[in-house]
Amino acid sequence: MATVDQTGIPNRLTRPRQAASDVPEWISGIPVSWWVVGVALLFMPVVAGNFVLFQIFGWAFILGMIALSLMFLGGYGGMVSLAQMSIAGLAGYMVAILGPSGVQTISLFWPWWLYIPVAILIAALFATLIGALAVRTEGIYTIMITLAIAAAFFYFTRQNYTIFNGYTGFANVVPPELFGINWRRPIPFYYLTLACAAISFAVVVYVSRSPFGLALQGVRDNPRRMAALGFNVFAHRVFAYTFASIIAAVAGILMVWQNAQIAPGTAGLPAVIDILVIAIVGGLKRPIGPFIGAFIYVILRTYAPDILLALNLPGDRFKLLIGLGFLAVVYWSPDGVLGLWEKWRSHRQTRGDPLTGQGGKS
Amino acid sequence: MSRFIQRNPVWSVIIAVAVAALVWLVVAPWPEGLEAAIGRKRIFLNALFNGITLGALYFLVASGFTLIFGLMKNVNLAHGSLYLLGGYIGYEFAEATGSWLGAFVVVFIIVALIGIVLQYVVFRRMEGEDLRQTLVTIGISIVLADLMLWRWGSHSYQILTPDFLSGPVTLPLITAIRGEGELVYLTFPAVRIAILVASIALGVLMWLALNRTRVGMLIRAGVDDREMLAASGVRIQYVFILVFAFGAGLAGIAGIVGGTFQSVSAGEDMRFLLASLVVVIVGGMGSIFGAALGAVLIGLAEQLGSVYAPTYSVVLTFLIMALVLAFRPQGLLGR
Repeated sequence: MATVDQTGIPNRLTRPRQAASDVPEWISGIPVSWWVVGVALLFMPVVAGNFVLFQIFGWAFILGMIALSLMFLGGYGGMVSLAQMSIAGLAGYMVAILGPSGVQTISLFWPWWLYIPVAILIAALFATLIGALAVRTEGIYTIMITLAIAAAFFYFTRQNYTIFNGYTGFANVVPPELFGINWRRPIPFYYLTLACAAISFAVVVYVSRSPFGLALQGVRDNPRRMAALGFNVFAHRVFAYTFASIIAAVAGILMVWQNAQIAPGTAGLPAVIDILVIAIVGGLKRPIGPFIGAFIYVILRTYAPDILLALNLPGDRFKLLIGLGFLAVVYWSPDGVLGLWEKWRSHRQTRGDPLTGQGGKS
Repeated sequence: MSRFIQRNPVWSVIIAVAVAALVWLVVAPWPEGLEAAIGRKRIFLNALFNGITLGALYFLVASGFTLIFGLMKNVNLAHGSLYLLGGYIGYEFAEATGSWLGAFVVVFIIVALIGIVLQYVVFRRMEGEDLRQTLVTIGISIVLADLMLWRWGSHSYQILTPDFLSGPVTLPLITAIRGEGELVYLTFPAVRIAILVASIALGVLMWLALNRTRVGMLIRAGVDDREMLAASGVRIQYVFILVFAFGAGLAGIAGIVGGTFQSVSAGEDMRFLLASLVVVIVGGMGSIFGAALGAVLIGLAEQLGSVYAPTYSVVLTFLIMALVLAFRPQGLLGR
């Protein structure tokens, strides 16, 4: 034990406690920058206008959550699933079908405490089914199969009129008026999405360090060894789909409330690809990545016409901008924007005397 | 064949019965009871032939996809964009010169050149990184789709059938017997028959090229083990470029075929990318025969489905895919 301490490797058991603080370790362990971001997000409605709160932050949190579910599968499970948008879409559809909507003939007008859990449950069942199919394949095959499933979902919702109301979908899908608050107003909606995003972020961080999350990462790195150690590889992978789908389903419900409507195009192929773009641009290695990616995407999407017009290009070529940006990120930094940031930081830290390696920051 | 029968006697009997039933349905005039149950024979035959020709089109797109995948382990998700680009260029060329056959040559060359550029500039630099290559192809497909939308807008374009192929031909298949004992034969658009024949010819040629020539031998060796092939002194990069160019060119001319019997419009790129994905998943990755089998199955499922179960035709396609994945994840003819 003593030899370990001398080498300076941080050891959880022997690390000296900070005597002065009564704050538990899990709070003092959070870096300062996180506190700053947290406080800034909490007090955002003081400075930001309604449009920014509802259209930019609200939308970015929702997209970030769907991309987070993809990040969980891709980053910790090694399974890049393109069906996450479809799962979100299904949850949104279920809310519109089971709860209130403008289509009187189909919607069942259940109370909110029933239709929200049932919608999430159905989405989770659907995702488990997808998972059970998709985990039979690996790597790029998974992408192909989940893409095909997402397309099937899109075409099915467009063709089916008895359940999904076909091409038109559902309009007037509004959140229940809980506690006398209209949750579609910008400030309540901002806090609603912020809370959901923060909870799903925390849950993903927690699960990634739980026995299940660690086993899942083991399965990602070496499935055969994990199987030899007695872990059920298939069950871990399928359950990862189920878990990720709950985040996507919550985001899907928020999405349908934000737009107040849902149609096949909500989970269409461009939207499916967009989620992948967001997750990749943000970075698949850390749970914060998808939210960063979502912010970049939403800001680009909102302000791209202005940027493009400033560059003397037609304003509706925003997909081109997204596509080129995505290509640039994949080409130069496979770990996304976060990867770029880390590269830059480690570059700065290791700068010093090239011979002795001293003079750097650490 | 005989080994398959020895190994799977039950399946062989099922397949033989199914084929016999299909032949009977196609050749024999239907009895009244059958027509009452599932509709006129003409409708069935039309759906059947439409399904097979659609399968031929899918085969054209998917065979390039599966070749590229089999050799380079590169899932080229920009394949649909190459198809659509081929369709647009073919339309422009056919409009400008009036030469339908000439468009095939021009489009094949242009799209193959684009394929060479893609392979040489992009994919060669990230060899072995499957996921990254796939992501790059997604990026390329987004950019190409938007550029094409910019240039050609969201209208749909129809490539006109040349005169010598327009109009119907009569096939020696009985659709019905009139009251006076007069036989009614099936008529079918000539251009579709021509495309079907051309696709079969192309498939046979590809099989011959793969199994009887030196380049084909190199490609097959590369599919099995590309490191060993490179180690034994073959300049594998040239083989890669050749295959990529050929696969891209095939997607391009499939665009003309698709534009002739359906239409070319924005969004078709995704449709055909998905079709080739499903075809290749069903048939088995990297296998030409698999692509042919998968293409015909999917084409038939789509057409027969749209006649007999209109709401669920798309689902039928994906149901086939799910079933294949559940029971034979490597595809019907995959290894």
